[in-house]
Amino acid sequence: MEGTLNLVGFGLAAIGPGIATGLIFAAYINGVARQPEARSVLQPIAFLGFALAEALALFGLVLAFVL
Amino acid sequence: MLALVRQGAEGEGFVPPSTKDFELPPIFGDNPYTTKPIFLVLLSVVLISVFFIAASRKAAVVPSKLQFAGESVYAFVRNDLAKDVIGHEFLRFVPYLFTLFTFILVNNWFGIIPLLQFPTMSHVGFAYVLAAFTFFVFHYIGIKKHGVFKYLKDIMFMPGVPKPAYILITPLEILTFFLVRPLTLSLRLFANMFAGHLLLLVFILGGEHLAQGALALKLVSPFAFGIGIVLTFFEFMVQCLQAYIFTLLTALYIAGALADEH
Repeated sequence: MEGTLNLVGFGLAAIGPGIATGLIFAAYINGVARQPEARSVLQPIAFLGFALAEALALFGLVLAFVL
Repeated sequence: MLALVRQGAEGEGFVPPSTKDFELPPIFGDNPYTTKPIFLVLLSVVLISVFFIAASRKAAVVPSKLQFAGESVYAFVRNDLAKDVIGHEFLRFVPYLFTLFTFILVNNWFGIIPLLQFPTMSHVGFAYVLAAFTFFVFHYIGIKKHGVFKYLKDIMFMPGVPKPAYILITPLEILTFFLVRPLTLSLRLFANMFAGHLLLLVFILGGEHLAQGALALKLVSPFAFGIGIVLTFFEFMVQCLQAYIFTLLTALYIAGALADEH
């Protein structure tokens, strides 16, 4: 077996952002299901939250390669 | 191009794709300024210019198909990104946002366009430059609107916060505005394109490697290629999304700098 433990660390680090992304889109779907006309208001907010949560996972990815 | 880079992969066992697959050799001699990503950037500028000039040249009240396509992209950036986020002063930022959106979108698409197949933004330098533009634009706008002193004061000492909380909030706010924002903006774009390209390499090179193996492995290799194709469509979605998010965040930062209090 070859490789680096960094990638295992990245796998662990991705759990948090994974859960966060799930929660964000769950809330977005809930909101749109309850009030379909609010979709255009909710969409940028949902994607913004998703982008912010995803950034953490991507930092992990970058650091997995850099360190 | 890939064959040049992956010479090490011949013969022995499977060499998993790594960061080395992104270090492409110069095309003309040893000049380090003639690598593939640089030509892709130039190509994207040409493609975008030609498309939008052609789309807007014979503008008519009843639009042709081409004009309609061009106007849809413009209307999307103008209405859904600029107008909804920035508010009544949005019009003077539309050119910047529109350029940013189309430039990132086309450069990301290069990752899955056959024969090109290399996302320019998977080299972090390009993403840094774009984030630096946004960084200077939103700080410039904020300083121009509020003046240097008031702008910095609003960043450092957010109004309406109890005094002792400044010990915690002031360093965080300075970090957010001057380090975290440009860094996350560029790294998000870079890492998405980098990871996406790596993912495609894993499945397609893996499928190729399996096809050269024993009979049982040959039977598995179409599945690897199949997943590679599915992931290509997934990548298309991610590429559009990243262009959208980069532009959306730029618009949000501009809106924040324009707001009366942060």
